Amino acid sequence: MSVILVFLVVVIGFAGWWLAHQRLLSKPWLEVGPDPLGGPRPTGMPTEKIALGIFLAVVGALFALFASAYFMRMEFADWRPIPIPRIVWLNTGVLVLASVALECALAADRQHDRGSLRLSLAAGAVATVTFLGGQLVAWRDLAASGYLVTGNPANSFFYLLTGLHGLHILGGLVALARATPAAWGTGDARGLRLRLELCVAYWHFLLFVWLCLLVLFTGWATGFVNICRGFLT
Amino acid sequence: MVDATQEIDTDIPPAEVPELELYHPKSWWTTYVFSQDAKIIALQYSGTAFAIGLVALVLSWLIRLQLGFPGLVDFITPEAYYQIVTMHGMIMVVYLLTALFLGGFGNYLIPLMVGARDMVFPYVNMLSYWIYLLAVLVLVASFFAPGGPTGAGWTLYPPQAILGGTPGGQQAGILLMLASLMLFIIGFTMGGLNYVVTILQGRTRGMTLMRMPLTLWGIFTATVMALLAFPALFVACVMMMFDRVLGTSFFMPALVEMGEQLKYGGGSPILFQHLFWFFGHPEVYIVALPAFGIVSDLISVHARKNIFGYRMMVWAIVIIGALSFVVWAHHMYVSGMDPRFGFFFATTTLVIAVPTALKVYNWILTLWRGDIHLRLPMLFALAFIVTFLNGGLTGLFLGNVVVDVPLSDTMFVVAHFHMVMGVAPILVIFGAIYHWYPKITGRMLDEKMGRFHFWVTFVGAYAIFFPMHYVGLVGVPRRYVELGDPAFVTTPVHGLNAFITVAALVVGFAQLVFLFNIVWSLRHGRPSGGNPWGAASLEWQTPETPPGHGNWGRELPIVYRWAYDYSVPGAPRDFIAQDDPWPQPPARPS
Repeated sequence: MSVILVFLVVVIGFAGWWLAHQRLLSKPWLEVGPDPLGGPRPTGMPTEKIALGIFLAVVGALFALFASAYFMRMEFADWRPIPIPRIVWLNTGVLVLASVALECALAADRQHDRGSLRLSLAAGAVATVTFLGGQLVAWRDLAASGYLVTGNPANSFFYLLTGLHGLHILGGLVALARATPAAWGTGDARGLRLRLELCVAYWHFLLFVWLCLLVLFTGWATGFVNICRGFLT
Repeated sequence: MVDATQEIDTDIPPAEVPELELYHPKSWWTTYVFSQDAKIIALQYSGTAFAIGLVALVLSWLIRLQLGFPGLVDFITPEAYYQIVTMHGMIMVVYLLTALFLGGFGNYLIPLMVGARDMVFPYVNMLSYWIYLLAVLVLVASFFAPGGPTGAGWTLYPPQAILGGTPGGQQAGILLMLASLMLFIIGFTMGGLNYVVTILQGRTRGMTLMRMPLTLWGIFTATVMALLAFPALFVACVMMMFDRVLGTSFFMPALVEMGEQLKYGGGSPILFQHLFWFFGHPEVYIVALPAFGIVSDLISVHARKNIFGYRMMVWAIVIIGALSFVVWAHHMYVSGMDPRFGFFFATTTLVIAVPTALKVYNWILTLWRGDIHLRLPMLFALAFIVTFLNGGLTGLFLGNVVVDVPLSDTMFVVAHFHMVMGVAPILVIFGAIYHWYPKITGRMLDEKMGRFHFWVTFVGAYAIFFPMHYVGLVGVPRRYVELGDPAFVTTPVHGLNAFITVAALVVGFAQLVFLFNIVWSLRHGRPSGGNPWGAASLEWQTPETPPGHGNWGRELPIVYRWAYDYSVPGAPRDFIAQDDPWPQPPARPS
């Protein structure tokens, strides 16, 4: 359970830092009058961004728990690492491109450059769909090579985690599809900037999760986790 | 208590209330069924939780009938007994307690207590309820599925949970249970995001975090914990579903069943236990923290005294929430895990008792020299303190490895967790309903029926669970469908088992009186007015009772003080509402 504990340390650390700025040492029984800190929007940050941040913490906990289970399960004698198909590296590059494209879309929106905005959005969407297609090809290649989902727990984790990651990407695409029409002048133009910011944050997060999963599948993280486990135990 | 002579800021701008951005329902369906109003959603959550809770209550009667009078009920076969025990446990912990505290009380109280018109994402909030309802329906469907519901025990431990020898293991029962839990978690995540973000972003002017009632701190912290803990259950469910449906071996070791080698091999049942209890122990506090918060408010209001040590109470809630994530393996002392872990988890288990004890002391110090009104909410609050103390103390026993190992599989554990996680939070739920029912309906619950309900429940709960501790101590194992006369139980306990069963039936009957009271008082209850208890927190200051759509009329309230200004010297009443600017600012020269 090392990974989830490290993840929780980060979350609790952030929560502690935030709480430290909430005047927890104040003496409310002595204070009368409307407090300037307590407005309708105490943080000044859009509500949707805070909600997304919390949602990403939940998704992060989900993947951290899967990673914990992965490391615990791989200690057993029947574990045989799964070879990473080459196309997965290509897919990774495509997902990086998708993230970069959406970042460019946001920059274009800030500069009121409609043409670049549309181009970047389309590129981001196409790259993301390509990533998902590429992952399906990776599944097909593995299955064709005899690495079936029940063959070995390493295989099972690969299919499960890539599938779950893909589902989260699909959810992101739905959100992107709702934001995109505004760039072509047919949707809610006022909310476009915020929606783009949310999508960009989500894409970067899922890219980060994917890179972590890749580190997991390739076995690069094993040494690091052993150090953490030694420290925790 | 506030210094009445203190100068207050007189330059208060009017509440800047933007145009109402609420969703306004246009039909009966969107007003009462597919409603986005948090108050309606709260009632929907509560009604569903009570309905499924009634099923669990009936199941508990069946359990006790079998244990007290074995063979009396024909259809309770060993298989049926395990199914009944499993469904009783899971329904009570997840579908009743969690849903009622967070979905019910959370939805009703958060917007009102922070001074908001509604949750920040009403549509998502509505979806949360409907997914919860779907989860309940899927769970109920397992009663009617071929083979019936799963009989794996509420902990669903593999490998037995998905084997043919366990009821529902190779049929639909376990699949429906896993699917239902996953749906519940998805629905809860939607609701939980709303609760947290509304508290962070929806507070009205003047409502700092440190002015929030402790009820909100309890719900807030519990929701954050649930958002981080439920994914562990989700992960466990997904992996078990894979094992069961696809034949993977995440949790399943190599097995021979009925002389046949199964397709599984190499999996780790302990891994499931780690995941399950990483959710399971925080779950105890996910239920307890809202109860802590609510009971703090009930005691303060009905003792007409400010809560003692408000800051410490807030810190204790937060510290308990954080610590509850590093105690999970104390449920696994007998699982065969590395015994060195036992020392670590025993230590953290004992450490968590410190902030918890601090809260108990603060409740008692709040009561000390208070103007105690032994009204129904206060009776339930007092009963909670005693019961939680009892359950907590036996928890300290079981937190120690050397005590837990011999007691782990006995009825002592059943008595412990029912006291601390069953009876104690449910007493708070009752107290809270007696307390807030007037705000929700505009009428008081009937006092006589309420007192009958209280005394039978309180005394009856002790009649059930005190003897059960003893039964466990003399060695009666749990999970046995019928005890018989084993050599290892040297003290006769059949009489006690029968006594416990009779007590359980009587306590169950009292709950029916409570439900009747709720329905009867809707029409016949005494009109309550807006604030019958003279409470200071914001939800009692709404312009209408029951609060209307949008809660606050044209302008949102401004909060001037914390929620516990009771018996303030010099004040015109024995409480000062949170939105009361008293002492009135002097008239300003024109």
